[in-house]
Amino acid sequence: MTWETVMGLEVHVELATKSKIFCSCTTEFGGAPNTHVCPVCSGLPGVLPTLNKSVVEFAVKTGLATNCEITRYNKFDRKNYFYPDLPKAYQVSQLYLPICRNGHVDIEVNGIKKSIGIHEIHMEEDAGKLVHDPWEDSTLVDYNRCGVPLLEIVSEPDFRSGDEVIAYLEKLREILIYLGVSDCKMQEGSMRADVNLSVRPEGQKEFGTRTEMKNINSFKAISRAIVYESKRQIEQIEMGKRIIQETRRWDENKDATYAMRSKENAQDYRYFPEPDLLPIEISEEWIDRAKREMPETAEAKRVRYVSELGLTDYDARVLTSEHDLAILFEETAEICKQSKEVCNLITGELMRLIAEARTSADKISVDPEKTAKIIELTVSGKINRNAEKEVFEALFKDNIDPEAYIKEKGLMMLNDDSLVSDTIDEVLKSNPKSVEDYKGGKQKAFGFLVGQTMRALKGKANPQTVNKILKEKLEKL
Amino acid sequence: MELYDKTALEIGCMIKNKEISSVEATKAYIENIKKKDGEINSFVTLLEEEALKQAEEVQAKIDSEELTSPLAGVPMAIKDNICAKDILTTCSSKMLYNFKPPYDAAVTEKVKAMGAVIVGKTNLDEFAMGGSTETSYYGVTKNPFDLERVSGGSSGGSAAAVAAGLVPYALGSDTGGSIRQPCSFCGISGIKPTYGGVSRYGLVAFASSLDQIGPIGKDVKDCAEILSEISGHDKRDSTSVKGFSYDFSTSFDGDVKGLKIGIPTNYYASALDGEVKTAVLAAADKFKAMGAEICEFEMPIVDYAVPAYYIIACAEASSNLSRYDGIKYGYRSPNGENLLDVFFNSRSEGFGMEVKRRIMLGSFVLSSGYYDAYYKKGLQARGLIKDSFSEAFEKYDMILSPVAPTTAFKIGENIFDPLKMYLGDIYTVSVNLAGIPAVSLPCGFDRKGLPVGMQLIGEAFSEAKLIKAAYAYQQETDFHKKAFEITKGGCL
Amino acid sequence: MIIDDKLIDYLEELSRLRLTEEEKEKEKTDLSKIISYVDKLGELDTENREAMSHPFDYTNNFRTDEAKPSFDRELILQNAPKKKDGCFQVPKTVE
Repeated sequence: MTWETVMGLEVHVELATKSKIFCSCTTEFGGAPNTHVCPVCSGLPGVLPTLNKSVVEFAVKTGLATNCEITRYNKFDRKNYFYPDLPKAYQVSQLYLPICRNGHVDIEVNGIKKSIGIHEIHMEEDAGKLVHDPWEDSTLVDYNRCGVPLLEIVSEPDFRSGDEVIAYLEKLREILIYLGVSDCKMQEGSMRADVNLSVRPEGQKEFGTRTEMKNINSFKAISRAIVYESKRQIEQIEMGKRIIQETRRWDENKDATYAMRSKENAQDYRYFPEPDLLPIEISEEWIDRAKREMPETAEAKRVRYVSELGLTDYDARVLTSEHDLAILFEETAEICKQSKEVCNLITGELMRLIAEARTSADKISVDPEKTAKIIELTVSGKINRNAEKEVFEALFKDNIDPEAYIKEKGLMMLNDDSLVSDTIDEVLKSNPKSVEDYKGGKQKAFGFLVGQTMRALKGKANPQTVNKILKEKLEKL
Repeated sequence: MELYDKTALEIGCMIKNKEISSVEATKAYIENIKKKDGEINSFVTLLEEEALKQAEEVQAKIDSEELTSPLAGVPMAIKDNICAKDILTTCSSKMLYNFKPPYDAAVTEKVKAMGAVIVGKTNLDEFAMGGSTETSYYGVTKNPFDLERVSGGSSGGSAAAVAAGLVPYALGSDTGGSIRQPCSFCGISGIKPTYGGVSRYGLVAFASSLDQIGPIGKDVKDCAEILSEISGHDKRDSTSVKGFSYDFSTSFDGDVKGLKIGIPTNYYASALDGEVKTAVLAAADKFKAMGAEICEFEMPIVDYAVPAYYIIACAEASSNLSRYDGIKYGYRSPNGENLLDVFFNSRSEGFGMEVKRRIMLGSFVLSSGYYDAYYKKGLQARGLIKDSFSEAFEKYDMILSPVAPTTAFKIGENIFDPLKMYLGDIYTVSVNLAGIPAVSLPCGFDRKGLPVGMQLIGEAFSEAKLIKAAYAYQQETDFHKKAFEITKGGCL
Repeated sequence: MIIDDKLIDYLEELSRLRLTEEEKEKEKTDLSKIISYVDKLGELDTENREAMSHPFDYTNNFRTDEAKPSFDRELILQNAPKKKDGCFQVPKTVE
């Protein structure tokens, strides 16, 4: 029998706000345990939440970018459960009236386009962190992440392959990063995916029983977990066993999923409207403003780079593959007005340097003004291509000042024709044989003499100038 | 010095006129508390040293005219479910027996800023769940009129302390009658403000959509002054209403001519004690004699207020009280080894039975399969109750009703029958469900000599109107003074 | 509505409470009585009334997104029954 895998995704992204969703503590990653904490986010008796407006704005933008309907009147609800990482023993979330509904994200896998439905997007708060203390075999609780704003983006069960899932996650990540609502770093947990997966005989309409795999922390792990879990379910069914609806955890080391304790599965969250927060009403005006303020998507940038800047489709894709690259490209081009030069430098040198340093575009910081300076110096012939690469590498690695660096390393081209002329005189004097050869019609000798001159000038002369003066002098001889 | 019969404003005036210093007043009250509270048990925590130090500081600021509030320098008490920085805030629960909040509630900040001298934290039903303070981990607060009787609840400690002259005024909280009913039982005055009128920041939540902090005082004028000091928008409380401020400047002319007072006949049905009924209807007659118009009308929805209230209050409480899990603060059970033991044992040992009952009831009405039939239905009933009040206020300026079906009952009389206890809230809870204000004030005594209270209920933010009527009534009557003649700063 | 053993066990579980046998027996009766009384609401026609989760119709109370200094950690931990290394300490959470 042929089996079909059906999947839906619940993606959590931490929002890039300055402060937490219900209090003014910073959302900054890291920090000593419980230092980004106040009475509100640690759930002291008597405290009350106040809603961060940016969270709602980010949610609206995300909804618009994923073609959702914005719920004009939406509310928060409490999801009640006991766990040490949840200080109030309820998570403020949205169940009954989530802020966005009925959207879609378009993906492309192997040239085939597909639309993935977005069931809903809701706002909620993140929980704290639990760390095992091996010395006393206990658990230590850190509330720094508690109350960091999250969006949960719930897809329809529209995925049929791991490739589709990855394409969707990449697309979602691109949208969110370009919107500026999240940095979507899976390693830091600012983007997390839960996969709901079931299998059914191909052609069958009804869904099979699904399992949920939680918090898998890389695209690679997601692919592997999907392969494992669909295989496991098919084997179970083929052995005549039933699939149990349960939450399963992906074990990176064992390359397998395993069921979490049944207690955690049988949950009755007793959701009810959060009385401490007012409902949210989103006006037509608000939505219009959000639409006007929507930053350019990666898609739109690609089109514009090709049609307006004359870049190739391939280059446009490379430049938009990471938001930071696109921003570096645009800012640099804005200063030096040399789109193609900037494009070449980024798609060539910068990509090479990133790969060499085993880092990624979102982790580097290259100053656009300095980059523009390097390009200006190259284009105006003040430094040559090799020098351009060298200076840019130094900029990438040590954030040097290009002009100072060029001066210090003596990379500036010579514009002093008399020095070139004197040097050529020296070269001609010490290479009579080559002069003879040239006179005798050997063109190769000319190249040799140019080379000798360049070497004497340590490559800092403009080759055209050398050619011109050498030719003149040889004619005169 | 005998101060027990003075109102808070009178004491404030004496301090301003240098007839007495804040320190002297504070000492006098603390002496009285030490003498008499052993019997009444209205305080959980007495802040003798802190209060005297505070009084000195306040006095200096009064002398330098930095503090100008008419209540500056006057001692007072705060219900023990309202946070005060570094001061024990127990909610009268074993669960928070050692809890010292690292922050001040909004109202605590406000009373400190106006120069109040906090002499202590008062007893309440555990987490404000009850109508008699009998559920307090620290024992029942006795009624100064009759030590065998309850002082009411949940703000029984605050009410008894004021009635016994142990403090001139106190703060309470009212979720379903917790200010009004103990005021009624103790012969004093109190206000349950409009929801959103006073910040809840720092009030340990019982039922978030119903809780309000309010004043408890000797008379309505004191209460009005306290309310104007503690009210106002607070950006830390999202449900605190913006863009309003109480103006009581026209509330004290004693004029009720032409005022339309509605009497909902359903409130005067069989559940109501005959003597209470007589006293409240006599008050209606009094208003009539003073020039008000009294009209009877039907309000059948009120019969559904107690069911709707207990569904909503318990649902919210079950969630609000989940944070007491033995991990971050308060009681952690020494019994058991694993995490679940910490949760189960800390909660089972830390909470009293009434709190447990309400948590389970709340879990029930929210649980899968019962949500629509109970919780949602309760919210719909709440809507209908609010609609009925809105309709009534189209016709009447305010509603006059009893506060409780009986006068103060005996300690132990009702506590073993929770339903009977809940039914005692029949006249108070609908006000909380509708989010509207009510003033509770004494209107007579029964044959046992126990005070009877009535309440004036108005539409949202109509406190000035309610206070005006209540003040006019207190100008014409002296039930609010009798309490102090009888108790003489102590108990009978 | 009758609260039976199964339901009261479930409510205890949800509430993270454990009653003694005696308490459980009394609560079965008390809760049944209370819920039966509350069932009175069934008489009420609520068909056309929206559920009222908040006392008033106000909406949109927001805070500007500004990070402010957090609390001193000692104050956050001052009431903790057990703490270690700047954290609240609990028995290990088992997977």
